[in-house]
Amino acid sequence: MTQNLEKLPKGSFERITVSPEQAERISKPSVSFWQDAWYRLRKNKGAIVSLVLFALIVIMSFLGPAISPYEPNAQTITHANLPPKIPVIENLGVFDGVGTLGGKEVDLYELKKVEVNYWFGTDGLGRDMFSRVWKGTQVSLFIAFVAAAIDMIIGVIYGGISGYFGGRVDDIMQRIVEILTGIPNLVVVILFILIMDPGILAIIIALTITGWTGMSRVVRGQVLKYKSQEFVLAARTLGASDSRIIWKHLMPNVLGIIIINTMFTIPSAIFFEAFLSFIGLGLQAPDASLGTLINDGYKLIQYQPHILAIPAIVLSLIMIAFNLIGDGLRDALDPKMKD
Amino acid sequence: MARYIGKRLIYMLITLALIATFTFFLMKILPGSPVASADKLSPEQRAIVEARYGLDKPLPVQYFDYMFGLAQGDLGISINQFKGANVTDVIQSRMGPSAQIGFQGMLLGTFLGILLGMIAALRQNTWVDYSSTLVAIIGISIPSFVFASMLQYFFALKLEWFPVALWKDGFMSSVLPSIALAMFPLATAARFIRTEMIEVLGSDYITLARAKGASGTEIAFKHAFRNALIPLITVLGPMAVGILTGSLVVEQIFAIPGIGEQFVKSIMVNDFSIIMGTTIFFSVFLIVVILIVDILYGIIDPRIRLSGGKS
Repeated sequence: MTQNLEKLPKGSFERITVSPEQAERISKPSVSFWQDAWYRLRKNKGAIVSLVLFALIVIMSFLGPAISPYEPNAQTITHANLPPKIPVIENLGVFDGVGTLGGKEVDLYELKKVEVNYWFGTDGLGRDMFSRVWKGTQVSLFIAFVAAAIDMIIGVIYGGISGYFGGRVDDIMQRIVEILTGIPNLVVVILFILIMDPGILAIIIALTITGWTGMSRVVRGQVLKYKSQEFVLAARTLGASDSRIIWKHLMPNVLGIIIINTMFTIPSAIFFEAFLSFIGLGLQAPDASLGTLINDGYKLIQYQPHILAIPAIVLSLIMIAFNLIGDGLRDALDPKMKD
Repeated sequence: MARYIGKRLIYMLITLALIATFTFFLMKILPGSPVASADKLSPEQRAIVEARYGLDKPLPVQYFDYMFGLAQGDLGISINQFKGANVTDVIQSRMGPSAQIGFQGMLLGTFLGILLGMIAALRQNTWVDYSSTLVAIIGISIPSFVFASMLQYFFALKLEWFPVALWKDGFMSSVLPSIALAMFPLATAARFIRTEMIEVLGSDYITLARAKGASGTEIAFKHAFRNALIPLITVLGPMAVGILTGSLVVEQIFAIPGIGEQFVKSIMVNDFSIIMGTTIFFSVFLIVVILIVDILYGIIDPRIRLSGGKS
């Protein structure tokens, strides 16, 4: 072995000298936390499909009522209870305006001498379901987003103060939260709806009155975890103020979990809104949300299933999309926390 | 442990007192008199009616009467729906069907969910796993009233396998509502068991069991499943909440004479004493379930230090 080595010609190796600058050079562009998270999220097919689907639903909720030739609340009694009919697709045997009347399958558009097409059909008062469904989606999403945003703001502030200042403040604030979380959500929501005039505002207040406690607990836990770490101590030693530590050092670390939590608040708010509308505590006519549309449709389930089916499908798609996006974001932002 | 239970019991009582106080004053500030068609009565008649229900006493006295009655399980008197019937009796008479579909739904859902979650974990990252995850996502996403009306439309109205509604055919009447209620526990259990199983299957003692030559099924059932099952107790609380929330709409859809259906009906006709009584009943039920779950968990899994409660 040694002999062989000695036999090697002198010139076969060349010494490389690495300059110190070369060794310190970063060969690939640095990836920020958010770029990394986006990279992980992009690989999650379910989440990306849901994101696109959700974007489409949001666009339609604004575009839908605009492109439909009918107003969401305009009633045309002669056009009541029409099944969906869409030109071109009607040739495939679906959405062709055929419905049951007295047990027989007939083209109700011909029967009622309706010249125009209703893409999603009409309801019992002859209102266009297409514009109503999208308008309702708009209202449902609005309620959910506002409720989630309020939950987030109150929860972050409350949890942040409680966790950051600790001690007696934390003690008192946590006792209050403990009692509030003891009250079942369902009970609170129903009681609050009862004392307020029904409407969008009442639902938002009812959803947020105890909804923020979950967020506040999560934020408190995170703040407690980070505030005792060295980088905060270092910042404090250098003379950083409380607000600088909170905004510059703690917030970026807690932000991921705040986003994840909000993503799960939104579907639960959508569900509660629809649930309240279904048991008759939701919006009042002529306002419509997906929940009230489902409630209206349910009354006609036997004869006009489309009035129930379409808003139910839209609602279910939103819920599925949101849960998948939430799962994907959780995995992307906090791979440790895969539940 | 005893200290922990004591602390939890005190919190429970504070919470309940808070809810009861809140509901009482709510009843007082709600618009309109709880005495039905009060406007048509002459002042004298009105006074007689109010005296009968104790509404003529000063507010603090009414409050203490109410709280005192509550402590003895008296939820007050239904004023406009049942003409003076006791709210406690009304709730009791309707408990049977609710308990039956709730229990069946819970049992069915948890059982199928555990099965689904186990299969998914044992066949991780195959089509079996993906489809069971999909079922779980759908189960969590689709609201119970949408699912219940779908079941009713297809299996009762179209196929006529089950009665459409009402509580007349014994067990057959309870099948569809139970399935509708089972979706939520099913999805929750499946998701939960899957992640727990995967975690347990990756732990050292499973590797050891494998190394000493235990068979696949033995590992799956004897070692992994048992340990994955314990934490499932923690989701029993949320599951009970889900079943209760679901029962309000599911009973409504299938016209089942249960507590949920009565509650929704009372909301529609503004029978406040029933609404408040049921609200308090629901609160007690849920708070007690969650308390039992937390205590059970502490007993079963000694690793959980109870001092701070669950995380």
